[in-house]
This record gives sequence, structure tokens and C-alpha cells, in this order.
Amino acid sequence: MSEAPKSAASSPRRLTGAEIVWATLEGEGVRDVFGYPGGAILPVYDALRKYPIRHILVRHEQSAAHAADGYARASGKVGVAVATSGPAATNLVTGIATAMMDSVPLVCITGQVSSKLLGTDAFQEVDITGITLPITKHNYIVTDPQDIGPVLREAFLIARSGRPGPVLVDISKDAQQGMADFDFAAATPTPHRPHPMLSAEHDAIAEALKLILSAKRPIILAGHGILESNAMDQVRTLAERLQIPVASTLLGLGAFPASHPLSLGMMGMHGEAWVNQAIQQSDLLIACGMRFDDRVTGVLTSYAPNAKKIHIEIDPAEVNKNVKADVALIGDLREILETLLPQIAARNDSTWLRAVNALKGDAAVRDIKNLPDLGHLYAAHVIHDLWRATEGKAIVVTDVGQHQMWEAQYYKHESPRSLITSGGLGTMGFALPAAIGAKIACPEKEVWVIAGDGGFQMTSAELSTVVQEHLDIRIAVINNGFLGMVRQWQEFIYEGNYACVSILSPDFVMLAGAHGIPGATVRERSEVLPAVEAARHTSGPFLINFMVEKEDAVYPMVGPGCALDEMIRRPSNGHNPLIETSEEP
Amino acid sequence: MLHTFVALVEDKPGVLTRVASLFRRLNINIISLTVGHSERLEVSRMTIVAEAAPGAGHRIKASLFKLENVLDVDDIGQLSCVTRELALIKVAAAPHARGPIFQLAEIFRAHVVDLAPESLMLELTGVASKIEGLIQVLSEGNNEILEISRTGRMVMRRGQHTSRVLDAMRVPSPEQEPIIPSTDAAGSDSRLGLFSGDPNHPL
Repeated sequence: MSEAPKSAASSPRRLTGAEIVWATLEGEGVRDVFGYPGGAILPVYDALRKYPIRHILVRHEQSAAHAADGYARASGKVGVAVATSGPAATNLVTGIATAMMDSVPLVCITGQVSSKLLGTDAFQEVDITGITLPITKHNYIVTDPQDIGPVLREAFLIARSGRPGPVLVDISKDAQQGMADFDFAAATPTPHRPHPMLSAEHDAIAEALKLILSAKRPIILAGHGILESNAMDQVRTLAERLQIPVASTLLGLGAFPASHPLSLGMMGMHGEAWVNQAIQQSDLLIACGMRFDDRVTGVLTSYAPNAKKIHIEIDPAEVNKNVKADVALIGDLREILETLLPQIAARNDSTWLRAVNALKGDAAVRDIKNLPDLGHLYAAHVIHDLWRATEGKAIVVTDVGQHQMWEAQYYKHESPRSLITSGGLGTMGFALPAAIGAKIACPEKEVWVIAGDGGFQMTSAELSTVVQEHLDIRIAVINNGFLGMVRQWQEFIYEGNYACVSILSPDFVMLAGAHGIPGATVRERSEVLPAVEAARHTSGPFLINFMVEKEDAVYPMVGPGCALDEMIRRPSNGHNPLIETSEEP
Repeated sequence: MLHTFVALVEDKPGVLTRVASLFRRLNINIISLTVGHSERLEVSRMTIVAEAAPGAGHRIKASLFKLENVLDVDDIGQLSCVTRELALIKVAAAPHARGPIFQLAEIFRAHVVDLAPESLMLELTGVASKIEGLIQVLSEGNNEILEISRTGRMVMRRGQHTSRVLDAMRVPSPEQEPIIPSTDAAGSDSRLGLFSGDPNHPL
């Protein structure tokens, strides 16, 4: 979004299609790409040496897409993944879908068989534009070298404009080999048409103001759109001026400082109880750049029943999709808030805040963080300690499952783009490759992977990439011997029938060691901080295998089909029932 | 309920798939889809009729606009428009049995476009109910209908309505003449279907 193509001083040159690929990327300001070479993309790889672009060789093309995704989320720039045709292209699919669901700008470049062979089931031919049609903002197949420059430039424009997303460009091998005139400036695409249904009209603004100024129990719902629109300051001003508490979606964490007195934390299925209760009691929801995902609302019929809803959103197709808006302001969040803010005077009524704070008391006594560990190791303690050790300043890249929710609950994110996680698609195996992208994008930042023992094994081959690229990434495996979130659902909803969730893992420290990565296994809380500090003082990557409580659950939990405030709570008898009832194996 | 959309799209390979795939992805059944050239070079016009929930029009239209190849979308709704469908109907008819069919054709203003020893072909243009009416009376007259081919609906709004979006996007018209925006109230303000923010009037 913030990235503008550099005005490459270019005059027409005669180049191969492959050279045009890199020259266009260079002109677009791309410095790093993630990829894996192969037959139908060989001309492009042959031409790479002539251009000042770093190529990171991953171990599986899915990781190329995730790494480009992590790069984009950490930097706000467009991430680029390169792969050959056929199986390489299909391996990108999960990564592209992940980016699509979370509105992450990517350009994926795939090689394709020569145009004369298209449709003949040639070796490694696959219809990747057909396959990715529903999971890209747009895609192209290019068979003429002359089209490569303009198409790639348009791809970058589409990827980062409006609601960002992935674009795939499939380039036939003969187009890569052929010659064409290339002129970066002449290939400038026509400005992207804004969505014609963007609308924040005067009447709607006035209506929104009326609701905001008359609300007694308002809440701001902070979503990913705040980051994309760079509206952190405007949201904060709105909250502070009217003393409105702020609840975050998973992808909105970091958009509003967690330590701010108005910050409530994460809402939804595993949001803290007081956050969901406050939403249900609210009389006005101001939704900022979020889409009322089912993990956020619980069952829709009873969602925030007394609240008016103001939906500020850049994608008109998201308005009234799940939750009916009383006022919809469709457009760029920052611009809309800047229109609203001058018309809002400061107010200082703390009645509602006091009511919300009163809801917190009960939750605090149930919070595992505040309970004694009695010699057990809880993931919540691990993440809490990790947060303290890193002073909340690391970029944390999580995988998907219980550890992801504990991270969201216990790692307090102060700044935008400091949590990178697959929210919409929930892609296991995301963390390690996305962290590679994040570290390449932000080499000066401390980057931690937090992954479960299941998800980590899906892409653990990328440990080799970490070593080959000399990346200083710290890895925390939250190891409970189960596919923990699935086990939790089986415990709560399928009467404890643990079907296929017990998972054997290698000794992760030995696995790291086989890659030349030092590591440590932690079994007790007293060992957590020393291990974290050892990792932080090691130059280069480090892996910690946290052997945590096997059958702990993420609380609270809004069960499927339940109202947002019908939560399964951690029992509150002042003791941890898990400690008292669990039998050590 | 039935929703009718007119979409102007780029005349390129794969665009039909993208439009159709959107309806598939939203789990909405397309009742009919006609596509052909429009008044502009390299711009095709689609009329899409789909069965969807009453409130679905806004999201379908908004989603159609998200397709890069879609230039303009008009949700016809209850707007004043001309709707036509073309049908070719082949009826079994030996020479001695043609008379009553000719009479029916005349009443319905259908044309006889082919005459074979054992059958004849009727061409009929009109709204869907007119076509279905002819089919019904043919069937009730114990005529054997051999084949029916229907185009599905084509729709055009009445009055001076023109596509302001296309104009604003400088998509060339065949004569390269500027298109004068409509001054007809019904044809202008509701043209873009700007979302009012009023949940009772989503479009």
C-alpha cells in the first residue's frame, strides 16, 4: 500500500522475456523473491544473475508463497514468489489462498510450457490460471514477451490497490525466451479503477456521527484494515477522544497498542470473556476494517443484539454479508476517520469503561497465567515469559492451533505488523516459512516463530533454508504431543473421543542440530527464561522445544453455534483443575 | 427471487469463466446468461439472471465489480426496462396439420423460419411468459414439440440511460464520440447504485 513503484529511468531496450521479468520487478522496487527453479521457468532463472535481486531458495513451493506472504505482512510491500509449471504451481495454491483470505498483496510468477504445447498435457503442464481463479484477485497467462512488462506492472498495481490480495502471472517458456522491446515507464498501467460502489456520503457520515455521539456503550472493533489503511493514529484518536474501548480481531492485533488502557484484547471464539461480554452489552459497534468473520461473531442471530453497527470497510462486498450494518461507510478507513474526527469533541464519561473493567475481575482469577504452575509447564506461561523477555517488541510469527490462540491472548502486541499469522484460512505449516519472509523484510527486527508440534512438522524442511540464508530466527515449538486444537474440540464436543490426534514428533532439538541449529528442551517453567535468553544471545537461529502440558485447553471458548457470550470457561474454584485431576503418564 | 444483472465486460478469453465462476463460488444458480457484442469495441454485454435471496443483489453486484475484467454492472431490479428472449421451436407437423400451427404462430406473432416435410420451425421473440404461452398452447393442441432452443433473457433499460462508468473509464466507443450523461433522473442517480447506508434500501 505504502510502496510506490520507483520511477526507473528507463528507455526502450531489447530484452528477452526472462530479462523483462526481472527488469520489471527491479523497477517495481522488488529486492527479494522467494522461489524454486524448474524446467519451464529456467530462462527466468538464467537471467537472474544480471539483476540486483536476492533469490531465497525454499524447500517447497508452498513455502515460497508463505515466505512472500510473511514478507508482505511484515513490510507492507508486495511479496513475490517464483515457481515453475505443473506441480510447483499447484504447490503454491495453499499459500495463495492463505494470502487471499487475509488480503495480503502477492505477485506469484509461474513458468508455463511453451504456447504451442498449451492444452496438450505436455510434461509439467497444468492449468494454473484455471486452478487459482477463485483464490486470486486476478490472474494472467502471458504467451508474448511483449506483454510481460505491462502485465507484471498491472499485477503489482492490482495486488496492492483497494483491498490487497494475490495476483498470479503464468508465463509460457517461449515468451520468456523471445525478445521484445522493454520500457518500464511505457509499461505503466492505467490507474486502477476504484470499486464503483465506494461510498461514504454526507448523509451516511452524518448518521454515523449521530450514532457515535449518542452511544452510551460503544466499542471499536479493530481489524486488519487498520494496518492496510495505515489508520492506527486515527483509530487511537477516536478511541481516546470518546473513551471508547477497543476490541481486536486476530489480524487486528497490533493495530492498537495492547498496553493502552482502552485496549480490551482479542474478541471472538477465544477472546477473553470480558471482551465478548462487552460486545454483547454494547449499544454501538464501530467496525474498522474487519469483516465479521464467523470466528468473531459466534452465532449471528444473537450477536450484539442491542448494538447499532457502523461498518467502515473498503470492500463493498463485505458490507451486510454477515452482520447487517446500520450505517456503512465504504472506502479507505483512514480517509473516513479523518472526515469524522474533526466533528467529534472529546468526552469523558467513564461509566461504560468502569462497567467493562468490572467484567475483567472474574476472568483474572480464572487466568492460567495467574495460577501457580506447581511444576507443570503451560503454554500460557511460556508465551507470557516470552513476551516479557522480548519486551513485546519481537515480530512473532505463529502457526495455527492452540498455540496461536495462546499467543494472541498472552503476547501483548504494541505495534502494527508485529504479529504474523494465518487468520482466515488457518493454514498449518505457515509459521516457519512466513518467518523467513518476515526476517528478510525486517532483518533488524527480532523474529520468533511460535508453532505447535503438528504444524511445525508440515514445513520443518525450511530449517535448511534458514541456515542456507543465514537467518537469525528463533523458534519456539509448543509441544504437547497432540494436534491440540482438534484434541480440544474432540474433548469438548466429541465426548473425548481422541481420533487421530496423538502425534509423534522427532526430537526437535536433534532435528535442529542436524541442520546445525542449536537448541534446548524445556520441561519446567524455571527453565523458560534461561532458554529464551540463550536463544536471544545466540548469533543465528535457535530452537526451543517446550514440552508443555499435554491436555490443556484454550479458554474461554465459544462453542460452534453458540452466542458470543456463551463461553466454556476455565473452572474458577481457585485451583487449576487440570493440576488436581491430571494423572501423569 | 430472480435477480437480473447487465454486465459490460472486456471481450477477452476466460472472462465468461470468471463471471460464471463467481456465481458458482457464491453457491448461486444461474438461470440464464446471454453474452454478445455491445455498442463498444472490445466490450461484451452479458445479461445474467440468477436465483438468489432477496437481499443478495448488493453482494453479487459488489463481487462482480471486483473482477478485473468487469467494466460495469447494473442491477436491474424493478427498474423500467425492455426484456426479450428469443426462442426457436421445432414442431412435428405433416403438411395437412400445418394450418392450426400457422394460426397459433400468427396470434403469437411468431415467424415460420423453416418448413420440412415432417416438421416446421417457429421463431418467437418476447418476454418469457409469451414464449411459455406458445409452448403451452402448442402442447395442448397435441402437437409434438421436437426441439426448443431459448436464448435466455436480454435486458435493456428504457430511456436515455447510458453507461457513465464506461465513459469515465474512457473505454472507446465505436465512433469515439463523447457520450452525454443522461439527464433522466431514473437513469442517472440510481445508475451507480451507490450504497446509501440504509439497510432497508441496500441499493
